Amino acid sequence: MRPVLLSGHERALTQVKYNPDGDIIFSVSKDHVVCAWYSGNGERLGTYHGHVGALWSVDVDPTSTLLATGGADNTMRLWEVKTGKLLKTWEFATSIKRVEFSPDGRLLLGVTEKRSGHLGTIVVYEIDPEKGEDQSDEQYLRILCEESKATVAGFSYLAKYIIAGHEDGSVTQYDAKTGEEYKNVQVHEPDMMVTDLQWAPDRTYFITASKDKTAKLVSAFDLEILKSYSTDTPLNSAAITPVKDYVILGGGQAAMDVTTTSARQGKFEARFYHKIFMEEIGRVRGHFGPLNYVAVHPKGEGYCSGGEDGYVRVHHFDKAYFDFKYEVEREQANL
Amino acid sequence: MAPSYDNLPVDEDYDDEEIDFSDLHEQYEVRMEEGLDAFVVIDGLPVVPEDSRQKLVKFLLRKLNTVGKASESGVFMPLNDQAMTEGFAFVEFGSAEQAAAAVKALHGTPLDKRHTIAVNKLTDIDRYGREGRIDEEYQPPHIEDFHEKEHLRSWLGDYDARDQIVMYRGEKVGVFWNEKEDAPEPVVDRDHWTDFFVQWSPAGTYLTSLHAQGVQLWGGKSWSRQKRFGHPGVNLVDFSPNEKYITTWSHRPIQIDENHPAPGLSLEEDGKNYIIWDLATGKPLRSFVTLDVPNASVDEQGNPVKKKMQWPTFKWSADDKYVARMTQGQSISVYELPRMNLLDKTSIKIEGVMDFEWAPATPHRADIKAYEQLFCYWTPELGSNPAKVGLMSIPSKEIVRTRNLFNVSDAKLHWQSDAAYVCVKVDRHSKSKKSLATNLEIFRVREKGVPVEVVDSLKDTVINFAWEPKGDRFVLITAGEIPAGAPVPPKTAVSFFCPEKAKGNVVGNFKHIRTIDKKNSNAIYWSPKGRFVVVATLQSQQSYDLDFWDLDFEGEKDEKDKDLTANLMLMATAEHYGVTDIEWDPTGRYVATVASFFRHQMENGYHLYDFKGTLLREEHIERFKQWLWRPRPPTLLSKEEQKKIRKNLREYSKVFEEQDQIKRDAGNRQVVEARRRLLEEWRAWRAHVIELLREEGAEDAVPLPEKGEGEALDDEKEAEEVEEIVEEIVEETEEVVA
Repeated sequence: MRPVLLSGHERALTQVKYNPDGDIIFSVSKDHVVCAWYSGNGERLGTYHGHVGALWSVDVDPTSTLLATGGADNTMRLWEVKTGKLLKTWEFATSIKRVEFSPDGRLLLGVTEKRSGHLGTIVVYEIDPEKGEDQSDEQYLRILCEESKATVAGFSYLAKYIIAGHEDGSVTQYDAKTGEEYKNVQVHEPDMMVTDLQWAPDRTYFITASKDKTAKLVSAFDLEILKSYSTDTPLNSAAITPVKDYVILGGGQAAMDVTTTSARQGKFEARFYHKIFMEEIGRVRGHFGPLNYVAVHPKGEGYCSGGEDGYVRVHHFDKAYFDFKYEVEREQANL
Repeated sequence: MAPSYDNLPVDEDYDDEEIDFSDLHEQYEVRMEEGLDAFVVIDGLPVVPEDSRQKLVKFLLRKLNTVGKASESGVFMPLNDQAMTEGFAFVEFGSAEQAAAAVKALHGTPLDKRHTIAVNKLTDIDRYGREGRIDEEYQPPHIEDFHEKEHLRSWLGDYDARDQIVMYRGEKVGVFWNEKEDAPEPVVDRDHWTDFFVQWSPAGTYLTSLHAQGVQLWGGKSWSRQKRFGHPGVNLVDFSPNEKYITTWSHRPIQIDENHPAPGLSLEEDGKNYIIWDLATGKPLRSFVTLDVPNASVDEQGNPVKKKMQWPTFKWSADDKYVARMTQGQSISVYELPRMNLLDKTSIKIEGVMDFEWAPATPHRADIKAYEQLFCYWTPELGSNPAKVGLMSIPSKEIVRTRNLFNVSDAKLHWQSDAAYVCVKVDRHSKSKKSLATNLEIFRVREKGVPVEVVDSLKDTVINFAWEPKGDRFVLITAGEIPAGAPVPPKTAVSFFCPEKAKGNVVGNFKHIRTIDKKNSNAIYWSPKGRFVVVATLQSQQSYDLDFWDLDFEGEKDEKDKDLTANLMLMATAEHYGVTDIEWDPTGRYVATVASFFRHQMENGYHLYDFKGTLLREEHIERFKQWLWRPRPPTLLSKEEQKKIRKNLREYSKVFEEQDQIKRDAGNRQVVEARRRLLEEWRAWRAHVIELLREEGAEDAVPLPEKGEGEALDDEKEAEEVEEIVEEIVEETEEVVA
């Protein structure tokens, strides 16, 4: 099926997200604007204005009432999804690279950038959906990343752990209540930045993408590397699909080199791998810049990708996607 | 503990005087007598009385001054008690270089009928003539014990008769077995095996690596070094057809420091560009300098056109007995091996000669008892003389055939691999010199009197031509006129030719089979066994076509082609983005196409096809540079045995197909097993995880239980779209309209 092209942003996309129902897509870009779209037809639902710098991250709470964003204007903001009203602004010394709600929506996490005089941190605030604008300024938790700054982070099942990916290619497991560091594992090549970390639906394992051209499936319990997917291009994002056992990887040549190469060589494709067999199944072309983020529909009906080219492409999976099975899967299904 | 100044062992009491340094002194002796480098000693002079000494000195000087500058006062010829000269003289030259040149040029040359002079450097006499420096007694040289060497052709004994490939990617060079669809099986893989590129010897015995210091040959089962040829700054290397000799070339003349010569080289090689080596001994046979091509041609701006260097410059005859080089416009020098002496001590004068090619096999000419080697050459129009193509037999130097041609602007010589034909592709201009046309003049070398057949004049210029190996058909590509400054290369046309059916054991006239218009193709690659040919577009920015043709298609033949000895069929068309090189395997079963890092950096890697054009395998490898099939030596089977095999091919192929099937099944089974294992492991892990979650009382908190593992999407039908329109009054104002 033809993808739906969402062309509302003027600059490179940085993150795209489905809401838990999968009917709305939120997108943030370097053009300071947050957009909300209907995932079914690509119609724009609305925009959220207020940020005065490039946006790096967006997340929506489990009830689709609150929206969190973070960006280069050193603020993390909370919005009301329905009205577009700015509820709360938290200010920091450096920009916010990643925001994420806990599975129950009661905690909000932010990753702050490292800059001279400021170490990278992971901060957590308590959120009370009932209170609206009256959110707490007090940090529930603050984790200092002394070794290597965190680039991505998220909550595991039950908000038991906070798992963070670092600039040096390692992944850390923290206690989400005390901030105590349990474990640090060098999941990717040393000094190859972890560019993305996305969860399986039950948040017991996650996938990381890295500049070392691989994506890894890692257990949230003990950070054991379960699977490894290697490609021929630096990766910016990786997502796990529900329903089918696939993963989707996105990336492409570094954005700064893009103008010097053709689209063909840039490898700006979404790549599908089988989650368990680690084999490439297919690719989807279309973007003419690297893919900065891929997000999967929570019910596994489609996926969307945000590119350096400023477009969001929304794809709905067709029948062939669901019918495809390896012979061993088929024989297991027939048992 | 690391030694530092404080804890160095205290010097035990040595007396410097007691230590015998003489061996070190000798080894590292500094040559103090630098000033004496300009002196030479001449021996073997006539013994003359004092009064004729002056005359002898003058006579000698005349000879010496041919190479350097020596004055009368610089010659010292001592007298003995009888006032007679001693038969030797000391001479001082203007500089050390002149002295060295004199030694090189004059040593061992005759002065007159009875006297041969020996010219040595004074320093050498001092060094080697000193007592004790040279053993008085003869010491037989030590001969190494015989060690059995590895079999250099062991790869031919592979049970499955697979072919080997060398791949050069990044800094790594590896040799692999071809495994068709599967990843090539590594034989050996080494980092930095070569500095520039790799090359096989013509029969596949050696793998050649090029380094700044020279060339190395590798082979045998362990891939050990077989030979080394020191040629500093070597750029190119070429083998004789039977791997007896090797030519190396560097654009930089070799500089020999006479005191520290590069291993294996002597002063003989100083200033030379080419060295021809004996491969078995590893010793240089003879060296040459690069000839300057008389380059009168200039482009439109008046700059001299840089001509591409022809390689190989030294061309080998098919039997390794002769090697020849052309001095453009003048002559061809043929050297006899293994002595490397000029045949009949003189170059063959051919006025105006532009190019020549040896027959690639010993030509079997009619009415000739002893087959000789043959080369073909051409000369352009000179004054009122027409252009000429000639065939010369070596060593008799007999001109077998010549043909005059008119209005020639260029010619190319194409031998058929058995030397049955040579096709001269003649580019002719019209009288006004405006339009070009091409003629093919085909010399039938095997027939009596070497008849020449002219194949119809083609309007467009022929940009490529190739004979079928071991066959008598050919393919050519023509290109239309190029409009000046056009951004796109002109469309090309591919034409196929074959001989007509003829009665008896003769080959009929060459006839045109078909022409395919509007192509971009520019390259022709015949299967080494003939019949199949790949016509491709290489090094183009827009198209990357590969057309696989069969000239003996086993199917219905077109009525109009019934008199032809070919049935042309396009079997497959493929595309390989960025293709730069095409390589047939030596058996003609597989074709590899390569996008090489040497040419561009886009999607470097290779594709592997079978002869029918079915893609077997493709792989992208970063900085992939070379893919070369290991050549095979000629078959040892007789003609009859080969015929027998061809007859029973069906029987054999049944066995092979069975083997392939077994292998494929085994491979599939392995893959399936591996997948089943992975799937089971994953399920076990998931079960374990769910157990863990239950223990932690978390299964309810998990927002969405993972479906997956093949369950179909079941709530799809229930999905229903609800559209709700909410209207909200933002503001209301009332205005009275006047």
